[in-house]
Amino acid sequence: MSKNTEKHVKTRREMTKAEWTWFLVKRNKVAYFMVAPFFILFFIFTIIPVVLSLGISFTEYNMLEFPKFIFLDNYVTLFLDDDLFITALKNSVIYAVATAPASYIISFAVAWFINELAPKIRAVVTLIFYAPSIAGNAYLIWTILFSSDTYGWANAVLMKMGIIDQPILWFQTEQYVWPLCIMVALWTSLGTSFLSFIAGLQGIDKSLFEAGSIDGINNRWQELWYITLPSMKPQLLFGAMMSVTGSWGGGVIAGLAGSPTVNYVAYTLGHHMGDYSARMEIGYTSALSFIMFVLMIGSNMLVTKFIAKLGE
Amino acid sequence: MAKLRTRKHEVVLNRSAGGDAGITVILAIFGLFMFIPMYYTVIQSFKPLHELFYFPPRFYVVNPTLENYALLFNLMGDSWVPFSRYIFNTVLISVGGTFGNLVLSSIAAYALAKIDFPGGKRIFWLIRTSLMFSATVGGIVNFITMSALGWFDTYWAVIVPAWCSSLGLYLMKQFMESNISDAVLESARLDGASELRTFWSIAMPMVKPGWLTLIVYSFQGLWNSGSSSFIYSEQLKSLNYAIGQILAGGIVRQGAGCASTVIMMMVPIIVFVVSQSNIIETMGSSGMKD
Repeated sequence: MSKNTEKHVKTRREMTKAEWTWFLVKRNKVAYFMVAPFFILFFIFTIIPVVLSLGISFTEYNMLEFPKFIFLDNYVTLFLDDDLFITALKNSVIYAVATAPASYIISFAVAWFINELAPKIRAVVTLIFYAPSIAGNAYLIWTILFSSDTYGWANAVLMKMGIIDQPILWFQTEQYVWPLCIMVALWTSLGTSFLSFIAGLQGIDKSLFEAGSIDGINNRWQELWYITLPSMKPQLLFGAMMSVTGSWGGGVIAGLAGSPTVNYVAYTLGHHMGDYSARMEIGYTSALSFIMFVLMIGSNMLVTKFIAKLGE
Repeated sequence: MAKLRTRKHEVVLNRSAGGDAGITVILAIFGLFMFIPMYYTVIQSFKPLHELFYFPPRFYVVNPTLENYALLFNLMGDSWVPFSRYIFNTVLISVGGTFGNLVLSSIAAYALAKIDFPGGKRIFWLIRTSLMFSATVGGIVNFITMSALGWFDTYWAVIVPAWCSSLGLYLMKQFMESNISDAVLESARLDGASELRTFWSIAMPMVKPGWLTLIVYSFQGLWNSGSSSFIYSEQLKSLNYAIGQILAGGIVRQGAGCASTVIMMMVPIIVFVVSQSNIIETMGSSGMKD
């Protein structure tokens, strides 16, 4: 007791900003202990890799010899002297631009369509649409449906109907690889954003619709535009982030069309990275990783900014 | 005034019959597109070998058989690494990774959602931003990290990074923020409960849907993980990888390939069916607030 009176305890007003922060840090030290185990691992496996890949991208490094500093040479080579990189970059952009908006819109449309079904039916329909995205390797069934022999469904049907007389090598023919890969990518893409939309639609206050109806809204499209979409902006933002990030992966291509796909038609940045990391060109691969990082973050920022602005 | 439309005797606003019909048709077509490949996988897995060779392929099976499933274990039983080993690897990785992720993420999510401490917002911002890029970006540096840690070709290389996956933490934190009332926590603190105790016995029971969702997400991701670039011993590889190898065997292996795909996809699907309502509840707070 006496100790307290002897030592003058500063009030908030008497403290500098730094002192006050330090006081809060000490008072909440348990919070730091609670966050630390997760954050330390997160830092090691997620943050450091991004920062280090930028650093390593300025070097020539093969994991055996000490890295040699070459500054921007890797980037110069990438953009001026590596035709395959340009192909990969172009393909990745096409893939992202084709799949992200489509999967986003389909996820929302389906969630919106099934929103008014009875709860039991809705649960079943949700499962049908969501299942492909969590079924792991199941997308490989498309290589059987579109297999290159006559036992594949697509070839069998076309031959039966007399449209073709030779089976088509679907995943080995340039003009079919892209559309097929994008179709399968969409098949697997009703994932987290889809669930988030379903939940968001369920959470909208029903009285808003009644009020809207009194205010002159008289069909579902107006209702969608003036009430539904503005009420679920947080989910729309989260869903966009999930769709955009997912679209840069190019996940299904290697499984469907192999690597490096026929004549490099569906060769993406992921393929290119795999190729150079297998050759132990760590510096060059790091430059690729960093470009990938910039593309992902950049497109996400752009899209979320755009959606946040909508309707304001 | 126009006649009000009703569904099951309840008045519905702003819904035209034509619109309802159109939407049903679109949903049905799209639903078939989603459903048929899944259905076909199951059907193929029950076909005896000679039915796989029918022209054109049938979407039903005449003499269903379990021989593909038996073949899977017999065929792979003779091989260098038995099929059961791939299952064991995948189960071990999924359970180990999910458990760690659940423990670390929920403690951290609680602190970030319910304790106001300097730097907390910034930490959460970092975690949220990490949802904007995928693990591919860190692959090359993690390759070096794993080699430095001596974790190459061990289960740790797959399990430990899963502990700090950020999507689970993000969903958990958002859910805790909107589903745990500060008043309850405050009264627990006033009763002298430590922060850890409040977390464990007050907060955690209140966010059951949150941790169920986290478990499902983490488990799904790990269960479906294919070949990791940090693992090269055949006996440590995952089920997903093994199935890819079987399916690559062509028409003769198609039945076994489909059987293994069915085994593989049943698990996440059953897990989802059981926890669907909880997951949807959690997703209700998944939104991003700026």
